[in-house]
Amino acid sequence: MNETILHDTIISTDDLCVYYGDKLAVKNINMEIQRNAVTAFIGPSGCGKSTFLRCINRMNDLIPGCRVTGKIEIDGLDINQKQIRMEGLRQMIGMVFQRPNPFFKSIFENIAYAPRFHGTKKKADLEVIVEQSLRKAALWDEVKDRLHESALALSGGQQQRLCIARAIAMEPSILLLDEPASALDPISTAKIEDLILELKEEYTIVIVTHNMHQAARISDETAFFLMGELIEKDITSNIFTAPGNKKTEEYISGRFG
Amino acid sequence: MKDRLATVLLTLIAVIIIAILFGLLGFILKNGAAKLNWHFLTSPPDLLNPGGGIGPQLFNSFYLLFLTMAIALPIGLGAGIYMAEYAPDNKFTQFIRLSIEVLSSLPSIVVGLFGLLVFVNLTGWGYSIIAGAFALTVFNLPLLVRITEDAIRSVPRDQKEASYALGVTKWKTITTVILPAAIPGIITGAILASGRVFGEAAALLFTAGMSSPDLVYSNFDLNSPTSPLNVFRPAESLAVHIWKVNTEGLVPDARAVADGSAAVLVIAVLIFNIGARWFGRWLYRRMTSASAS
Ligand SMILES: Nc1ncnc2c1ncn2[C@@H]1O[C@H](COP(=O)(O)OP(=O)(O)OP(=O)(O)O)[C@@H](O)[C@H]1O
Ligand SMILES: [Mg+2]
Repeated sequence: MNETILHDTIISTDDLCVYYGDKLAVKNINMEIQRNAVTAFIGPSGCGKSTFLRCINRMNDLIPGCRVTGKIEIDGLDINQKQIRMEGLRQMIGMVFQRPNPFFKSIFENIAYAPRFHGTKKKADLEVIVEQSLRKAALWDEVKDRLHESALALSGGQQQRLCIARAIAMEPSILLLDEPASALDPISTAKIEDLILELKEEYTIVIVTHNMHQAARISDETAFFLMGELIEKDITSNIFTAPGNKKTEEYISGRFG
Repeated sequence: MKDRLATVLLTLIAVIIIAILFGLLGFILKNGAAKLNWHFLTSPPDLLNPGGGIGPQLFNSFYLLFLTMAIALPIGLGAGIYMAEYAPDNKFTQFIRLSIEVLSSLPSIVVGLFGLLVFVNLTGWGYSIIAGAFALTVFNLPLLVRITEDAIRSVPRDQKEASYALGVTKWKTITTVILPAAIPGIITGAILASGRVFGEAAALLFTAGMSSPDLVYSNFDLNSPTSPLNVFRPAESLAVHIWKVNTEGLVPDARAVADGSAAVLVIAVLIFNIGARWFGRWLYRRMTSASAS
């Protein structure tokens, strides 16, 4: 599956830089991310993967002292413009974090939260959305009898799938996953990976991972970051079999990082 | 070894604290027990003969607490939300913070004198419940602001991030995610503040006054001096009553009245504490896993 050459760009960046105060954390990134594909970001800790990922839904805005320069476009739209409605942008882009972070609410409320905010008020409609989202996240069967119990009672793996369901519920077109399985056991991780492969039919997925096997298994393209720079990005099988850059090879074969 | 020693020492301190608490409670309750009857709780005090009660004072204390919280909670909540979520990190915010600190360390008698000046004289209200409630508001506002701010800040950051990442606005995030998660902390803190309000005497001496008219509980005319709900009448609270009876009580059973009042005060604060804790937990459950409606 990794062989296909993709050329339907949804996200593209042009000399994107991110500063924390005076510190340049992400340097001149030019990247194109393909629609309905899984793109994996790999690289040693602190190389700027999360920082770059958070540019896509402008979560860096929340960090005091963080500054973004350059251009980032989604479907040709410059999202760093002033006129961009943040609610609309983030509705289009779901995000799942490293540590599961369900709201201190019931399972139902966790998922109904965003659709309700974005305009779905009828209870019957919300019930449909909740069921569909949970089904897509492969969680429905496990929780259908306790939708109104606290989400905090779920296991870590279930919580993370709930977070994926919560993001899906607002019908985004892009899903950003920042090490979604790093806090989970192997079985939960496998479930999440299966889920990602299924979701890619409908969504553009960008996933940060430290797990090379995971990147190789689930992604179509892989981007390798080092010290805030994009070293290379290619079809995943190329990266793992015949990387263009020596540093990539060294990282993948475990010689540093 | 050091670890063991520390454990023993800390346990000992805990035990001492508990012992002091229960010793004190036992002492107060034992001394006041004789007076704990319906008559004492409901009848007005008698200035000359033994056998007077504390009915109006008890009512006044609760009414004062209610009014104070009705004024102070909204302001405290608003200010706490502002300090935690909106206040920019600059000199002005530091100045606000310093002011709150200073305000919270003012002795309550000073707050009382300030209340006399402003809420009693300047407004022309005279000794009145409303003046007392405002004085207590001044007295408790710093605490309530800090409680709210702390409770909001202690909500994990990732809750906020999750909500923002779903495209939800800041205000909506505060009201639907952060406040519900902070409610138990705010309630628990508000109890602390309530305990202070309920037992406060010094700030009330010159604001709510040291006398209470004979209340007619069926009188709902808010302008009538005998109406319990009239906020412009003087209202001696239970704590003030204890102080007054102890210092200038003329009745032969002054000592017993003071002991009884103290017992009632302590019991009321206890009931209030436990009840409010239970309420906080109940509210938390309601808000965190309520059904869709
Ligand atoms: N909030 C912040 N304030 C200041 N510096 C930050 C902040 N977040 C990240 N950085 C710095 O920016 C650089 C990139 O961090 P980033 O979190 O993007 O790395 P990462 O590739 O995601 O690492 P990891 O794999 O450990 O998650 C690091 O040097 C980090 O110290
Ligand atoms: Mg990261």
